[in-house]
Amino acid sequence: MSDSNDLNVKTGLRESATFDAATMTEIRRAAETGIYDIRGFGAKRKVPHFDDLLFLGASMSRYPLEGYREKCNTQVTLGTRFAKKPIVIETPVTIAGMSFGALSANAKEALGRGASAVGTSTTTGDGGMTPEERGQSTKLVYQYLPSRYGMNPDDLRKADAIEVVLGQGAKPGGGGMLLGQKITDRVAKMRTLPMGVDQRSACRHPDWTGPDDLAIKIQELREITDWQVPIYIKVGATRTYYDVKLAVKAGADVIVVDGMQGGTAATQEVFIEHVGIPTMAAIPQAVQALQEMGMHRKVQLIVSGGIRNGADVAKAMALGADAVAIGTAALIALGCNHPKWDEEFKKIGSAAGYYDDYHEGKDPAGISTQDPELSKRLDPVEAGHRLANYLRVLTMEAQTLARACGKNDLRNLEPEDLVALNVEAAAMARVPLAGTSWIPSQSY
Amino acid sequence: MKTFDLTTTSLRDINQALHEQSSECTEREWKITGAKGNHNIACGLDQSLSVDIEGHAGYYCAGMNKKAHVVVHGNAGQGVAENMMSGTVRVKGQASQSAGATAHGGLLVIEGDAGARCGISMKGVEIVVGGNVGHMSCFMGQAGALVVCGDAGDALGDSLYETQIFVKGSVSSLGADCIEKEMRQEHLEYLTDLLNRAGVDEDPKDFKRYGSARQLYNFKVDNASAY
Repeated sequence: MSDSNDLNVKTGLRESATFDAATMTEIRRAAETGIYDIRGFGAKRKVPHFDDLLFLGASMSRYPLEGYREKCNTQVTLGTRFAKKPIVIETPVTIAGMSFGALSANAKEALGRGASAVGTSTTTGDGGMTPEERGQSTKLVYQYLPSRYGMNPDDLRKADAIEVVLGQGAKPGGGGMLLGQKITDRVAKMRTLPMGVDQRSACRHPDWTGPDDLAIKIQELREITDWQVPIYIKVGATRTYYDVKLAVKAGADVIVVDGMQGGTAATQEVFIEHVGIPTMAAIPQAVQALQEMGMHRKVQLIVSGGIRNGADVAKAMALGADAVAIGTAALIALGCNHPKWDEEFKKIGSAAGYYDDYHEGKDPAGISTQDPELSKRLDPVEAGHRLANYLRVLTMEAQTLARACGKNDLRNLEPEDLVALNVEAAAMARVPLAGTSWIPSQSY
Repeated sequence: MKTFDLTTTSLRDINQALHEQSSECTEREWKITGAKGNHNIACGLDQSLSVDIEGHAGYYCAGMNKKAHVVVHGNAGQGVAENMMSGTVRVKGQASQSAGATAHGGLLVIEGDAGARCGISMKGVEIVVGGNVGHMSCFMGQAGALVVCGDAGDALGDSLYETQIFVKGSVSSLGADCIEKEMRQEHLEYLTDLLNRAGVDEDPKDFKRYGSARQLYNFKVDNASAY
């Protein structure tokens, strides 16, 4: 607590919980500008999350595996349903879709380098595929988005998988946004737009409107790529149970569910904080849908939104995910919000650890920018090395927990290995409240 | 000419045979009979082939076409020639909604009417429609040209970027940021050439030109009511 706050408390002044300092600041900002607040990053409010779950390590009733000597498999194959060439990843932690445009070319290259070093995949974003990204990514997922910026059949055939994006966790129901200050000549040419124009990607695809149409669209993508590569469908977590069922029916090989903690390059603050459901709540819905259709493990489930450490990876997989995807955490590993740039963050009205104005293109760390001088600050080789290290740590941490639960494969983790610290988490994750056998959502 | 019958040969086999021409072209002229509304016929072509489709085609016919000349001797379903890169696609009948959606290049000719959202998010393709187009046509059109020899439905060119629109008949209403613009000599010359290439017998002087007012290119709170 700051000195001034401390003094306020001593003198009996009391801050409103409803109208706290941040709320008042936002009201004043809105009153002064007349424009809603746009920012990047993900939800900053506290929501039920993986921290509210604990593993039940083995003891008498379960048999643990030796942490340093016994194997614990991390390899996962994605796209086994229809694709002739499924993707095999060595760690179940993939890199989520982030666009060139939102990120600098160096940042995209670094993501490719880091992911490739540990044998996992990275993903394009709105704006198409860059040579830097394809060149450095041994496994590259090509996003098929409503805007179709930069979309072309040559790149489609170069991809190792295609991800049809219906939504993302930060803004389910919303389209993309890349404001004019980041539309440089190269970005503009890739998107067939004049320089400096705000790029507002549509929230719906232009040539199909529902799941029955989507099935035909997926068939088209398969025909164009001669059924070689997996087709993913990505949804923002909302009505996850129904969305997953429809995605399976439409013919998806892999389903990506992005929870509300998932990040974005830019959207309205009100969208980020008030639309969608937490990642932890979405996974059981998705798994239930897959199990009821007899497709769990046949259609693989990738989960994203707030994955930070190996415990989050292991918990997501214990709830039934086949793999996870990281975006914000990957950027932090590259150097996003690093304290060494604190003075520069302060010059643009932010601070290291708080910076979220990705849309302004002024990122001192050189990641969420198109400014050539700022972009140079990120060495793609060094940043890629940092990401690879981080991915290795996530994998080893997840293995540690799996072995402690007696599992020789991360995908052998199961809900029975988990308990919840509070009623909310128990209800959402559908695991017992710690010390009880009570699962609230299954007791009615 | 090589002929396939979709009633006896699978779509997969036909598309695979067409795709194999991209690496080594052994036959330029192809005919597909028995279309019967099948979806995804002749999508993903990447060779200078001539493909005639007898009957009505379903969704995404000639989707993402490159180089090929595809003719549908019937009607075409949703998203004909979507995301086309080059080549030509001609529909002898009517086309459903989202014809030429997001297409980057090439020429799409629809001799009859086109449904809603014709040319949505088009990125450089040239589209010539012999009849009418439905509502929201050319929504968020980025580049290229849409020519309508009949009438246009509501909200033509809504949120338009740099696509040029030429309409001979009436326009039910213009979308946000789309305005009528002066038809100068350079536009008449371009339209004359485009109509000739499309094989459409119309007088360019009978058309009006529409384009973007460029007032919504960057968000301004004063324009909030336009969104």
